[in-house]
Amino acid sequence: MILDLYLLFLGVAVLVMLGVVITIGLALFRRGRTPVDGDPPAEGEPGKFRAVAGATLATGFILLVLLVSSAYVGQVTSREPGQDERPITVNVIGHQWWWEFRYIDDQPSRTFVTANELHIPVGRPVILRMTSRDVIHSFWVPNLHGKIDLMAGRTNTLRIRADEPGEYRGQCAEFCGLQHAKMAFVVVALPEEEFDGWVEESLRPAAEPGTELAQQGREVFLESQCSLCHTVRGTGAWGTIAPDLTRIGSRRTLAAGTVPNNRGTLAAWILDPQHIKPGNFMPATQLPPDRLHALVAYLEGLR
Amino acid sequence: MHDQAYTAPTAAELEELDRTWDSPPGLLGWFSHVNHRSIGRRFIVTAFIFFLLGGIQALLMRLQLAVPENTLIDPDTYRQLFTMHGTTMMFFFAVPVMEGFGMYLVPLMIGTRDMAFPRMNAFGYYVYLIAGVVLYGAFFLGMAPDAGWFSYTPLAERQFSPGLRVDFWATMVTFIEVSALVAAVEMIVTIFRQRAPGMTLNRMPLFVWAILVMSFMIIFAMPPLMIGSVMLALDRTVGMQFFVAGGGGDPLLWQHVFWFFGHPEVYIIFIPALGMVSSIIIAFTRRPIFGYTALVLALVATGILGFGLWVHHMYAAGLPQLGMSFFTAASMLIAIPSGVQIFCWIATLWDGRLVFRTPLLFVLGFLVIFVAGGLTGVMVASVPFDLQVHDTFFIVAHLHYVLIGGAVFPLFGGVYYWFPKMTGRMLSERLGRWNFWTLAIGFNLTFFPMHQLGLEGMPRRVYTYVDGLGWNGMNMAATLGAVLIAVSVTLFLVNVAVSLRRGAIAGNDPWEADSLEWTAESPPRNYNFHPIPSVAGLYPRWDTRAGRMTPPVLGLRNDVREVLVTDPLDAEPDYKSVLPHPSYAPLILAFACTVAFLGAVYDVRWVPVGGVLAFFAMVYWNWPGTVERTPPWKEAGRGER
Repeated sequence: MILDLYLLFLGVAVLVMLGVVITIGLALFRRGRTPVDGDPPAEGEPGKFRAVAGATLATGFILLVLLVSSAYVGQVTSREPGQDERPITVNVIGHQWWWEFRYIDDQPSRTFVTANELHIPVGRPVILRMTSRDVIHSFWVPNLHGKIDLMAGRTNTLRIRADEPGEYRGQCAEFCGLQHAKMAFVVVALPEEEFDGWVEESLRPAAEPGTELAQQGREVFLESQCSLCHTVRGTGAWGTIAPDLTRIGSRRTLAAGTVPNNRGTLAAWILDPQHIKPGNFMPATQLPPDRLHALVAYLEGLR
Repeated sequence: MHDQAYTAPTAAELEELDRTWDSPPGLLGWFSHVNHRSIGRRFIVTAFIFFLLGGIQALLMRLQLAVPENTLIDPDTYRQLFTMHGTTMMFFFAVPVMEGFGMYLVPLMIGTRDMAFPRMNAFGYYVYLIAGVVLYGAFFLGMAPDAGWFSYTPLAERQFSPGLRVDFWATMVTFIEVSALVAAVEMIVTIFRQRAPGMTLNRMPLFVWAILVMSFMIIFAMPPLMIGSVMLALDRTVGMQFFVAGGGGDPLLWQHVFWFFGHPEVYIIFIPALGMVSSIIIAFTRRPIFGYTALVLALVATGILGFGLWVHHMYAAGLPQLGMSFFTAASMLIAIPSGVQIFCWIATLWDGRLVFRTPLLFVLGFLVIFVAGGLTGVMVASVPFDLQVHDTFFIVAHLHYVLIGGAVFPLFGGVYYWFPKMTGRMLSERLGRWNFWTLAIGFNLTFFPMHQLGLEGMPRRVYTYVDGLGWNGMNMAATLGAVLIAVSVTLFLVNVAVSLRRGAIAGNDPWEADSLEWTAESPPRNYNFHPIPSVAGLYPRWDTRAGRMTPPVLGLRNDVREVLVTDPLDAEPDYKSVLPHPSYAPLILAFACTVAFLGAVYDVRWVPVGGVLAFFAMVYWNWPGTVERTPPWKEAGRGER
């Protein structure tokens, strides 16, 4: 729809542009370049008046067509989805500089939280209720829909629907401070059964450490400052001011799309987050190599 | 007055008149100038210096964005750069440069000797200069504002922007608006009350109309911003909660206040440029303009409609759909007066005998680029489309098409056109053509790819972007274009520097143009005109050249700064008014106000201190006998003729 509207506007714009440029070109090369001294000619003839008035009327008419089509598209794309379309609801909370996604369900036990990756089912409408914990952010996935601002004290709603499975990149569009450039996220559209499976997995407590190393890693996690800010469901870590790490091992990127998520970047991020994303609110954590190694093994296992 | 037998003025008379209107010499005397040409020239030169500073900031940003994940500029510097770039270009370049041209040209175009309140003029300039110097002082001390030229709350609140950076922005922006308001009042009064006899409203040059509309827009648009920025400063300094959601305020209120100013601001910049375009088109087509009345009405309509569009900057803020569609309609509506003007200009070109000199080249560049920018403007007026491109590089492209295409191209044209009048020498035509073509190519190379970047999802105000999104080539092209623009501006500076010394001598009327300023000398004598001309048509200079003489206006004293005051509609002579002579009072008052404003950055208790100082400065300013008396350093005059 929006693409069609864009093409309509673009077509009209190109035609008008060509018309104006050609007319100017004709006007320029219609007469010789020899100025004549003496009296300038008199006021323009009536024929020119008709041309100018006609062009003005045409402008008005074109604008009217564009206005109506714009209003129509606006109406259709912001329609409320019916219950038969089985919409799902996600609360989106903007933070400097990451995204919190809270999946809402009628049963409170079936709500869960994740960060920087929004999984949605293909073909079902998704109602996103937006707010912000701090400054204004703007949620935008160019290939799914337009953008809407996230503001503290307000809830804005955006409805999206993915018709094809795949990954769609999104990014904050409202200047939100130092690391506005590095506040990306990804929308993962899954076929419905896969999405249901993903939801069930997300509802479970965090995965138990599979190895002895990871076991030690969990102790490191709970003993150090990590748990003051982060949550790993099913453990003693329930900090809420930083991203939920219950399934951090399954995420594609770290620090809201800043670096790919792998063992090396994870370790580097924990040791010196200010180097990777200057100004973010995660403090550096000093750990001896063996404890860091264990911690990374634990986090990687949280899938 | 017309009945008096007319004899050409003697050299001695002119000499005396010149001394009466002379400005004091020397560096110290410089600070007491009040002459409209002196002050107007200062505005223009200062604004161009800010233009260069803002341009250097833009170039640095483009260098940073040339390649993905670049580390040339750190994120903290980058946000200061784009905040300063926007603030500089909007507040410290575009508006002041237009005011400067208005101050310089309006009295010459309407045939008077100075503006209505010369000392206010000087005061406005010092306020502008001080605000700019303070803001740049903060910049070089690493305390430049960093929340964007729009300073959205809550980001601009103390909680998220600690330190003094945003305080400098809020107070200096308020301060410079004082300067704009002073200039606006000044120009409205001058235009309404000092036109040469016979210059009825419908014989006023289009440039003067444009300055009049701009001044009224300033009077209605700037106070909301001043109030808004004062509220922001109060939030930050004394803990008010105007824009704090948690304290019962509303961050959206700031956006409404800011854009209620911010959108008219665009037209404040752009309307005087339209006036320049009309002046240049008349002079270089050698014919009366097509549709004078339509052009005047279009200027006025743009000025009024410009106040009904502000919400189209806020489509993504979650406002009700129906309400926004009204603003879509209003935003599209403004294309009609713009269209009318374009059509009238094309009709004029169609029948004109064109003289292809540099000013006309810039106007033709303006026509093409501005139409492109206007068309993308119609596109972003549509809510569903705008939600895609809002806050992306598409908007960056659009706004530079309308502001550079719509204002900077005519401005360069205007400089080439009026430089001979201001300096007595012509700018080089050869360098001028190079200047034009490098600017036109560089501009399009920089900003055209940005449309596509925005459509592909690149947001604005990012200090870097990741590799692999297909944005690299277009960003590199934009950076190369920016370098070409820098080359073009350098050529312009070279042209000005060389032509000031070695340019061809211009004479009074190098372009065989139509309006009154071309009857004065180049550069004009201190008194502009003697005798004051009277006007019988829309193109007085052409009337004179064709031998249709109008009676001169006599009876103004030579030994006192007298101007003729005429009535607002028909320009019938009303009475004579005596203007004040040069004085240091404007400078002193500007310093007193600086104490209040700059002090407010640190502690609001400085405001009353500045107020008391300002009181004494105003007493000095108005001290009986110092205002209208012939300056003491002048020889005694000869008395009434």
